[in-house]
Parts: sequence; structure tokens; C-alpha cells
Amino acid sequence: MDWQGQKLAEQLMQILLLIAAIVAFVVGYVTASFRTMMLIYAGGVVLTTLVTVPNWPFFNRNPLQWLDPSEAEKHPKPQVVVVVSSKKKSSNKK
Amino acid sequence: MHSFGYRANALLTFAVTILAFICAIASFSDNFSNQTPSAQIQILNINWFQKQPHGNDEVSLTLNITADLQSLFTWNTKQVFAFVAAEYETSKNSLNQVSLWDAIIPKKEHAKFWIQISNKYRFIDQGHNLRGKNFNLTLHWHVMPKTGKMFADKIVMSGYRLPNAYR
Repeated sequence: MDWQGQKLAEQLMQILLLIAAIVAFVVGYVTASFRTMMLIYAGGVVLTTLVTVPNWPFFNRNPLQWLDPSEAEKHPKPQVVVVVSSKKKSSNKK
Repeated sequence: MHSFGYRANALLTFAVTILAFICAIASFSDNFSNQTPSAQIQILNINWFQKQPHGNDEVSLTLNITADLQSLFTWNTKQVFAFVAAEYETSKNSLNQVSLWDAIIPKKEHAKFWIQISNKYRFIDQGHNLRGKNFNLTLHWHVMPKTGKMFADKIVMSGYRLPNAYR
């Protein structure tokens, strides 16, 4: 799962659970059935699990673009130039 | 959100948090219900009234209990426990409560009832104070919700009096 996919998964999870909770409470209250509320919410949790927990392809639409190794060799990491000012410091230098 | 386990854990935690929140709101919604319970109790007969060998008074009554507790039931009610207690004052105790009858009402349909019964539990005084005693019959109830706080209330019916002599 790429970075965009992770963000999407988290937001989907929160929104789906909240919607399930609101629908469950409203329907349960209107039909005066605690059981209906629990069943709807349980259904919502199962649905959310199926949507957000497995690593679905649509969470991998923005793969990270790594640099090619040969490209990295052409542009080497800049070396830190240590200016040696005294003999004492040079002995402590890593 | 990077791994299966992390996502499963995050989902479970959030789902249970919301569940607790829903249950809290469901319990809170009970406060808006309009409760209008009613009850009448008649004493049809005093079957017998005597002093036990060791000195305690005991009386047996036939009661006619009519009650409508349907309005106590909301969508969050699991059951209602109701009991009838005889309440009276003696010189030793300012309040004596003797449970005479009880019932568990599991459904709203059963909450409007009429029953004629002699006392289910023995009406015994701790002493011999019952002759000519004025007492109340009180219908107590405890509403047991599916989630949240248990409610208790009562209806006091006064004006009952035991006979002046054993029989």
C-alpha cells in the first residue's frame, strides 16, 4: 500500500464507520429496536473491514518512484568536507 | 495504515469506541420517554391473621393487582422488575418493608396486567405490631436497560388497615 493509499484507507475507515453508526442509531431509534441497531452497525463494521483492511489494488495507484541505481551513481552524495584546523581536533575526527 | 495488522487494529479500536458512544446515546435517549405508569391494589380478603408461637405476627392476604407499566418500556429496555411491598411504621422502626409479591416483566405486551393472588412471600412482622395497623401497599419497579443506568421508581397506595383482632 502506497502513501496515498494509506491515507485513503484511514479516511475511508473513519467515514464508513461513522456513517454506519449514524444509520444504525437512526434506524434503531425509529423502529424502536436495539437489535436492529446492533445488526446494522455490525454489518457496517464487517463492510468497512472488507473495504479497508485488505491491500486492494486501488490503494496502490500511486507507487513511489525510486531513482534508478545508475542515476544515483551519476549524482553521488555530496561529501562533507572537514577543515582540519588543529592537530588535536584531527585526532578526534571520526 | 502500512500493514494488514495495523489497519485491522485501527479499525477495531475505532469501531469499539463508536459502539460505546452509540450505547451512551441510546441510554441518554431514555430520558426523553414519557412515563405514565398506573397501578391499583385491592385487598380482597384477609385469609388469616395470627400470632406465631414465638411471637411474630403473620397475615395472609388476597390481593387484586392491576397495573399498566407499558410506558416504562423504551427501545433500550431489557426487562422490568416489579414488586409489591407492604410498608408501615412501628415504634421501633420508622419504615418496615415486607415484600408480598414480585414479577419480572420481559416484554411490553406483558406490562399491562391484572392478577388476583394471595401474597407470594409471607407477611411477617418482626414483633406483634400488626393489629389495627395502617399500612401502605407500594408498587416498586426497577427498569433494567440494555445499556446504561438502571431506573427505579414506585407508586405508593395508602389507606389499608389490618383488623384489630387475630382471626
